[in-house]
Amino acid sequence: MSLTRSAPPTANPEPAHRRASESAPKQRNWLHRFDNKRVPYLLISPFFLLFAIFGLFPIVFNGIVALRNWRLDDPTLTGWAGLANFEKLIHDEAFWNALGNTFGIFILATVPQLLIALMVANLLNRKLRGNTWWRVGVLLPYVTPVAASTLVFAVFFARDNGMANWLLSLVGFGQDTPLDWRAYKWSSWIAIATMVNWKWIGYNALLYLSAMQSIPKDVYEAAAVDGAGPWRQLWRITVPMIQPVVIFTVVLSTIGGLQLFNEPMLFEENPAAASGGSNGQWQTIAQLIYKVGWKDLNLGYAAAMSWALFVIILIIAALNALATNRLGGGRR
Amino acid sequence: MTATAPRLKPRRRAEIGRAPQDTGGNWRTYLALVAVLALSAFPLYWMFVIATSTDEAVSSIPPTVVPGGEFVNNLREVFTLQQVYFAASLINSFIVAFVVTASTLFFCSLAGFAFAKLRFPGRDKLMIVVILTLTVPNQLGIVALYILMGKLGWNGTLLSVIAPFLVSAFGVFYMRQFIMHAVPDELIESARMDGALTMRVYWSIVLPAIRPALAVLGLLTFVATWNEFQWPLIQLNGTEFPTSMVALSDLASGNYVIYRRVLAGAFAATVPLLVLLVLGGRQIVRGIMEGAVKS
Repeated sequence: MSLTRSAPPTANPEPAHRRASESAPKQRNWLHRFDNKRVPYLLISPFFLLFAIFGLFPIVFNGIVALRNWRLDDPTLTGWAGLANFEKLIHDEAFWNALGNTFGIFILATVPQLLIALMVANLLNRKLRGNTWWRVGVLLPYVTPVAASTLVFAVFFARDNGMANWLLSLVGFGQDTPLDWRAYKWSSWIAIATMVNWKWIGYNALLYLSAMQSIPKDVYEAAAVDGAGPWRQLWRITVPMIQPVVIFTVVLSTIGGLQLFNEPMLFEENPAAASGGSNGQWQTIAQLIYKVGWKDLNLGYAAAMSWALFVIILIIAALNALATNRLGGGRR
Repeated sequence: MTATAPRLKPRRRAEIGRAPQDTGGNWRTYLALVAVLALSAFPLYWMFVIATSTDEAVSSIPPTVVPGGEFVNNLREVFTLQQVYFAASLINSFIVAFVVTASTLFFCSLAGFAFAKLRFPGRDKLMIVVILTLTVPNQLGIVALYILMGKLGWNGTLLSVIAPFLVSAFGVFYMRQFIMHAVPDELIESARMDGALTMRVYWSIVLPAIRPALAVLGLLTFVATWNEFQWPLIQLNGTEFPTSMVALSDLASGNYVIYRRVLAGAFAATVPLLVLLVLGGRQIVRGIMEGAVKS
């Protein structure tokens, strides 16, 4: 540090400001004014520039595309469509089906995910031998590419000779007719939710752990007066104290969960189809947007669907945050 | 203390009232943690088992649980498959992840520095804008972004999966938080007194002080970029320049899927990240615990 501190003077034997009043060259003044007034904006401009081009503009433009006919296979079919795309959406069974699937998987994936993450965080929140390595260990799923892990799970949940069915047969289920996980809504939802849970439990556990470690220790001393054991400690003290982080993870999982794409895509026996099962049993909205836009080549309709998804995410995220807030407030 | 207290073992009683993080783990804690770890690692382990097996071993009941000796063979099949471009895809993934990471580190540390240490009108409002952009779901603009890339002539090129990710709101936020605490104001002031310009301060005072944060953000960015699937799929599917995730989905598509081959490819595409986790696990943990958001 002291080295870097002394470096500038050697480069600049007579700093400008010390002789500012008399003989300061105009050029240096101009340079310093520019450095003070403009350079801060230059430093933050890359973010805003790139966001304007690749973030904001597409969002606005998406609104326009949604109101137009825009097909990749037929460039001549253009022009304003008005609200036709949105009207089509309301009567589109595939959309409502995908919405139901998205919600179903979202619930199955989020509730266990956050509860188990809480338990894991509670385990990690001790004086442990090999502290760091346990934490690194629970991040294995987080760094594993979803594409890779989903393919393993796809094999795991195979109908013939799949490991899930083998485990079930050990406890006496489906020995005669093995369960076809991809055939039904409930089983495919469970399979996909398992993948999502697996991937995100460790990550959320670390978020909870970091909040748990900032709880003042004397709070626990006070609880000893009531004779609160570890379990009561967790629910009465720890969870209410980390409530902001819990709300944060709920919102985060909502935004992520309602846009679920990778797992349903690669669970398919032929991912290129993007159909989410023979009858769309597990087709999610993000997957449907991909299919409509890049398989059916109807970009206008896909854009309308993304808007619908956005509105739904907003509503659910707000409701979730509200409910979690209420729940935590009641417990305190 | 209630009536039950005296019946507790002395050690147990001493633990009541102590914060959990000061309490040592007992054998049950360690047992549970081992179970958690085993479940976390199992899919990866099993990926490797199948990637090293023959077709017969893959479909045997009860399932094989020890690796076989076919990994090299399976991998060779993956690399020589026509239309999948697997070897190229690994290189492409490296290029994309490297460029995105380098640029994110540079732009985010510059902006984070400005937001943390420089005074200029509108600073706090602009920072709020940065944070708000974090909550925008990426599905929202995806169709229009595709059309935009088409107009730029970038559809189907690596540029299209690099350009939108050159700087991230999370990175700016993270760098700002770190620089606020890690770089003392007095140090910057005294450099200013000596006439140092902003970029000089960034280069010789800020950069040396934020190396740990650069490591954390770099690792998180690299992992996230490597794993990106939906956008690269839209852009690069069917081209000769897939990223490894897109190549994996090609590998798993088709009427007759050979699992040992698919998972050999999946394993190959996972190894770089496992290496990163072993080398930089500590940093990744810290990054997430310090408030890493948005995957």
